[in-house]
Amino acid sequence: MFARVSNFEDSFFDQFRRLENEMGQVFASGTWPQIARAKRLRSAYPPINVNVTKEQIDVYLFVPGVDPKRLGITIHENLLTVKGERNAKQEEGVEYYRKERFDGEFHRAVNLAEDADPEKVEAGYEDGVLRITIQRRESAKPRQIKVN
Amino acid sequence: MNEKRDMTQQQSKTVQPADKRQQILRPAADIFEDKTGITLKADMPGVSKEQLDIQVDQETLSIEGSTDIIVPTGSQAQYADVSATCYQRSFTLSSELDTDKIDASLRDGVLTLHIPKREQYQPRKIEVRMT
Repeated sequence: MFARVSNFEDSFFDQFRRLENEMGQVFASGTWPQIARAKRLRSAYPPINVNVTKEQIDVYLFVPGVDPKRLGITIHENLLTVKGERNAKQEEGVEYYRKERFDGEFHRAVNLAEDADPEKVEAGYEDGVLRITIQRRESAKPRQIKVN
Repeated sequence: MNEKRDMTQQQSKTVQPADKRQQILRPAADIFEDKTGITLKADMPGVSKEQLDIQVDQETLSIEGSTDIIVPTGSQAQYADVSATCYQRSFTLSSELDTDKIDASLRDGVLTLHIPKREQYQPRKIEVRMT
């Protein structure tokens, strides 16, 4: 007997629906950061959060249980791409009751602002969260222009 | 009269957690059984050991955790797939499992629990059923 007591099933799928709506809004509004839709539906993994301030852009990827050294992080023409692989294969000789955790290759991309500085990027991995911080260029900050 | 007023205040307080409950993340889990017992793996990215809480109440196992990850709100120039900072999920355990001997580890946001079968159940196959 190994059953879920609390019924989170409904809210779980509601969250999916809400996510779809939100993604639709992101694309419709045309504002950045634009999150490129994953090639395959199941590879809308890992979840991403993006937090933007005047100084920097923080991208969080929720990728527990991976080797951070094997993550491929690139920025090309303001497109931040993270590739990786997670091994959560079924173990042999055992009986599964739940197999929900993502297994396999993943790929996600975030369209950064024009002023993102690809030379000033830091990445860290802690407790299964990859955080990538991209500084914004000085020129992007408001400055006063004098009229001669 | 005073008592009545107090009661309504209490009711309004209990409404708030209901809203918050929708903001709880349900960690994805793998559960499998071998000869020795049950192994449960749950994805709880952003949760440190200090923020993790595992409880067994009779036959109910609950796992809870919280994160310090910033959840962006408001501005257009922000995006959030994960809009909550709390994880929670509960499971019912078979009485054949020895809940006094749960082994738990948390590494890189993955919680792994091993719950052995009680000794008298070790040699033979037990039925474990999801409901």
